Amino acid sequence: MKHPRFSLGRFAGIILKEFIQMKRDRLTFAMILGLPVVQLLLFGYAINTDPKHLPAALLLSDDGPQVRSVLQGIRNSGYFDFVREVKTQREGRLLLARGDVQFVVNIPEDFSRALIRGERPAVLIEADATDPVATGNALGAIGRAVDQSLFNDARGPLDYLSVASGPVDLRIHSQYNPEAISQYNIVPGLMGVILTMTMIMITGLSITRERERGTMENLLAMPTRPSEVLIGKIIPYILVGYVQVLLILIAARFLFQVPMMGNLGLLLAVTLVFIAANLAVGITFSTLARNQLQAMQMTFFFFLPSILLSGFMFPFRGMPGWAQWIGEVLPLTHFLRIVRGILLKGNGLFEIDREIWPIALFAFFAVVVAVKRYRQTLD
Amino acid sequence: MNGEFAIDVRGMTKRFGHHTVVNGIDLQVRKGEVYGFLGPNGSGKTTFIRMLCGLLKADAGSGTCLGCDVIRESESIKLQVGYMTQKFSFYEDLSIAENLDFVARMYGIENRRETVRASIEKLGLSGRQSQLAGELSGGWKQRLALAACLIHRPRLLLLDEPTAGVDPQARRDFWEQIHELAATEELTFLITTHYMDEAERCHRLGYIAYGNLLTCGTVSEVIAGSGLITWSVSGPGLHELSMQLRQCAGVQQAIAFGNRLHVGGCDESALESAIAPFRREPFRWEKISSGLEDVFIHLMGQAKDNFAL
Repeated sequence: MKHPRFSLGRFAGIILKEFIQMKRDRLTFAMILGLPVVQLLLFGYAINTDPKHLPAALLLSDDGPQVRSVLQGIRNSGYFDFVREVKTQREGRLLLARGDVQFVVNIPEDFSRALIRGERPAVLIEADATDPVATGNALGAIGRAVDQSLFNDARGPLDYLSVASGPVDLRIHSQYNPEAISQYNIVPGLMGVILTMTMIMITGLSITRERERGTMENLLAMPTRPSEVLIGKIIPYILVGYVQVLLILIAARFLFQVPMMGNLGLLLAVTLVFIAANLAVGITFSTLARNQLQAMQMTFFFFLPSILLSGFMFPFRGMPGWAQWIGEVLPLTHFLRIVRGILLKGNGLFEIDREIWPIALFAFFAVVVAVKRYRQTLD
Repeated sequence: MNGEFAIDVRGMTKRFGHHTVVNGIDLQVRKGEVYGFLGPNGSGKTTFIRMLCGLLKADAGSGTCLGCDVIRESESIKLQVGYMTQKFSFYEDLSIAENLDFVARMYGIENRRETVRASIEKLGLSGRQSQLAGELSGGWKQRLALAACLIHRPRLLLLDEPTAGVDPQARRDFWEQIHELAATEELTFLITTHYMDEAERCHRLGYIAYGNLLTCGTVSEVIAGSGLITWSVSGPGLHELSMQLRQCAGVQQAIAFGNRLHVGGCDESALESAIAPFRREPFRWEKISSGLEDVFIHLMGQAKDNFAL
């Protein structure tokens, strides 16, 4: 009376059932497809880590021609929009405190005269630096903008003011994304973020739902093997994952014109390892969770560090050592390097292989835990 | 195969932590028998059934189920047993036909399509086969569940409160069907129920409380074994009367049955002297033979004294 350990018929039956259930659950299905689209539009179009045209106030106590050059230079940098003119420093501080302006540019009395005399007069810029990202690039750009503007004036009689060139000719080549377009970084990264979230969530939910609705009892009373149930449940969601990947790649190409330098086939192949790692996490969670709400909570418990420590939101190298260690464990960290590497840098297998095995290792451990934890009885 | 018994187990025990839910139950069910399994809520009936079909690991016990070792060969048992859970446990977001087809696939049934079609037809569900299971009424859900349990032609059916929440007519139809299956297909049934009329339709009964099997046998054996004497009384103010009677030595129980009161005890003379002061107008007394319900309430009361603490 012994039956084979793994039956293709039962396996196919479970896959079929999952597909039918997915088809019936319209809302979840819509979420699976809608989530990437909405996140792409929000993150892709809304997030910019290099904000320009920041509101600035001007406290002007001198209006010589050199001042106008300096101001023009500041405007030309593209970071500053002078929206207010204030009369006193106090007035400027109030605007900063209220958040009406990001900067107050203060040009003192006798600026022009001091400049012509070569006394190196000061220009004071007060910045609202509560959000360092918002002000960082603007403050980096302004020094150069002022130098440049005066360089044009420093012809003829004012030639002595021209800044001597430095002892070294520093040349910077920004590779892969020379125009520093945030979307080139964010949109490929979103692929990993969306896969992490949906893959863990839907597998976690699909198994806890069986337990919550009592159908698990029936499934266990039938001669099904854990491997048939687990793999049978995973396969449909791998397909779902690929649908999401394709949606994002199409949007990246046609909405955001993200360059695709590398081999897309390689990317899709590596994505399978990443999807498997996340599905395994989802199953592990589902074996721990008693109901669907707990499965959701666990998903977010895993998702938040993934999004924060992987280098998706904040520069990975900016984190302290211990945070980088946590980040190195998470599959998303490595997947981000792979996606960005393949799409933006045109990396091949040789450049990314050291990012693949950590994901594979993670997936392996998660599968081992999932299979061990999946009980064939109700105990 | 050890001939006559479909279920033959001894000392089945299950503990959850320090709490013993099933305490050394011995049970024998003959082939082709409809065996009623009774007992109050939480008495361990469901746990016992789950151990039989391998859903729970028994902490102790041995024996056979359909000739297979009940502890080690649960995979083989699963192939020959149909288990109908207390709560509807098929997929509410799948249609009737899809549910049956899924079950048929899980059991690897040959001629799957034909079997599913025949099963739908047999149950009179033909017109509604594409209806979602979740939209069915209680009675239809129960029919569907039974059809699904029968699809792999099991030899033993374990039905856990199959008629809870089902209307009286559907319950009667259901029992007709069970007796027909038992007679024609030689199917064995182990059925839990709270309904006495259903218990009386079983070939044999077992009564379980606090994880212990208190009694088993045919209906008349169970009643005779209890040694319970019952008097029935009618008249006005029965509620007050029952309060007074319960205080009397010799009266072990005074239970309302519709507009009558059943007063019972095991010591015949003690009982008669206890009720003697109340045998006057306007009360009308009559000695009756104890019913199953009298006996079960009596067993419950004894079990409370013996095991509850």
